[in-house]
Amino acid sequence: MLNEKPVMSIRNLLLRYGEGCPSCRGSLEKNRCAVCKTVWAVNDISLDVYPGEVLGIVGESGSGKSTLMRSLYFDFTPTSGCATLRDYKEGQKNIWDASSAERRMIKNTIMGMVYQNPILGLRMNYSAASNIAEKLIGAGSRHAGQMTLRAAELLEAVEIQTSRMCEAPKNFSGGMQQRVQISKALANRPALLLLDEVTTGLDLSVQAKVLDLIRKIKARYGMSILLVSHDLAVIRMLADRTVVMLDGKIVESGLTDQILEDPQHEYTQQLVHSLI
Amino acid sequence: MDILTINHLGKSFYLHQAGLEIKSCQNINLTLKKGEFIGIVGLSGAGKSTILKCINRSYLPKQGDIIYDSERLGLINLATASEREILYLRRYEIGYVSQFLNIMPRTTAKEHVMNALMDMGVVMENAETEAKEMLAYFRLPEDLWDIYPATFSGGERLRLNLAHALVKKPRLLMLDEPTASLDNNTKILVRDMLKNLKDRHTSMIGIFHDIEFMEGVCDRVFNILEGVFVS
Ligand SMILES: Nc1ncnc2c1ncn2[C@@H]1O[C@H](COP(=O)(O)OP(=O)(O)OP(=O)(O)O)[C@@H](O)[C@H]1O
Ligand SMILES: Nc1ncnc2c1ncn2[C@@H]1O[C@H](COP(=O)(O)OP(=O)(O)OP(=O)(O)O)[C@@H](O)[C@H]1O
Ligand SMILES: [Mg+2]
Ligand SMILES: [Mg+2]
Ligand SMILES: [Zn+2]
Repeated sequence: MLNEKPVMSIRNLLLRYGEGCPSCRGSLEKNRCAVCKTVWAVNDISLDVYPGEVLGIVGESGSGKSTLMRSLYFDFTPTSGCATLRDYKEGQKNIWDASSAERRMIKNTIMGMVYQNPILGLRMNYSAASNIAEKLIGAGSRHAGQMTLRAAELLEAVEIQTSRMCEAPKNFSGGMQQRVQISKALANRPALLLLDEVTTGLDLSVQAKVLDLIRKIKARYGMSILLVSHDLAVIRMLADRTVVMLDGKIVESGLTDQILEDPQHEYTQQLVHSLI
Repeated sequence: MDILTINHLGKSFYLHQAGLEIKSCQNINLTLKKGEFIGIVGLSGAGKSTILKCINRSYLPKQGDIIYDSERLGLINLATASEREILYLRRYEIGYVSQFLNIMPRTTAKEHVMNALMDMGVVMENAETEAKEMLAYFRLPEDLWDIYPATFSGGERLRLNLAHALVKKPRLLMLDEPTASLDNNTKILVRDMLKNLKDRHTSMIGIFHDIEFMEGVCDRVFNILEGVFVS
């Protein structure tokens, strides 16, 4: 455990909307420059995710969590910074320098993503099974029968009945859509799962189901998980270590129980104390 | 040989909103020999739990060093060790039973104990056998093994927590009031268990408000208020 290399390392990741100006440094109001209006959505983030661990990211709305996650999944290209993956060029190459074919390979086999908004992660008008098949094809599957079997297996694992696998996710409830996203993300057993607010907006009993599922995934497959949530209860339950984001920056990081019991930063204290 | 040496440990909390610094423990010095059992006593609020939490790193120490002699890592300062090192030590070497019993939501009692073992790499079947043995040892009624501990009584939760910590046979064990909410029979059970652990050379630090009960098990008693050992 101690000598293991990170599954993913992020260094000095920066993503801004706008060109920036000489006054930016001293004129930021939250993440936005009062002078030039540039938004520093992700502002110099560095972190490591180790094999088999759940790294939690908490932070208020607008702190840059989704921007970070979506950049990692190539939806956005960062302004600067680098990220490496153990399973891509032995961690020697910045993922944002990857060719489009390599990016597809990374998205299909090394990382799986569950979006905060299911519309981004699912083809709503295709069947649940085809959503998964798309991933399997991306990883080289060609045999239709085998793919159907595998899709059924994956959907069963997230408790979606096989009888509904030919239905389109647009007919599913929010919790079911999140679960289809999860099974899609798991399709090729990636080393790293990116989970962005997977339980937000779901009612409590469904939330519990999804959380149970994530715990099972962690125990059964030993995957690494980068888990974004603004809900500290979710973080407490799942994360081994936690980083706290505010205005695009990491203001505090530590063991999850330490962050919750002995928070250092003013913002983290507010967050934790508002719970009690 | 000392397994743990605490030098000038100090901990305070700065509460930003109130603009307030709360001093907890200050200038704590103590050494724990291998296989020794130290009891800590002191008034409520004196900072007893704080010491154990600093060793466990659920609290970040402010001053001082906590030098632990790890089987795998050699001498290591727990006050400054990396998160990964602490996670490793918690998994394989250091056990902690907290005063307030936080249980994992939606995990049955048996699963909770099994998880501790499976984290260490024990396979499921063996973990189940050992977990059952441990739960039986602490006389947790079998009816409770497969349900969520949310509805457990204080004493039942405590016994579950003890089972969870002890099933790993940690080298260093910290116990925060492990007998507080137990009836006398169960207290005796816990004491016997601790005695067994001591016979197997487990090094232990325990906080007890009824230290008399532990007579003959604790080697030395540390009074936190005076910052010294008392006989
Ligand atoms: N195209 C854009 N142009 C300018 N600013 C943007 C753009 N897209 C996002 N932002 C800003 O970037 C910041 C980060 O947004 P992001 O979605 O990453 O936040 P978040 O932490 O995921 O919040 P939430 O918890 O609400 O999901 C926000 O201030 C947002 O307004
Ligand atoms: N997380 C925390 N944040 C702020 N103050 C704290 C925190 N934990 C402990 N304290 C303060 O530190 C002091 C010592 O607390 P601690 O829990 O260590 O006492 P104790 O000796 O274990 O008492 P008891 O016998 O009542 O359990 C108290 O004043 C307490 O309010
Ligand atoms: Mg978001
Ligand atoms: Mg206490
Ligand atoms: Zn500017």
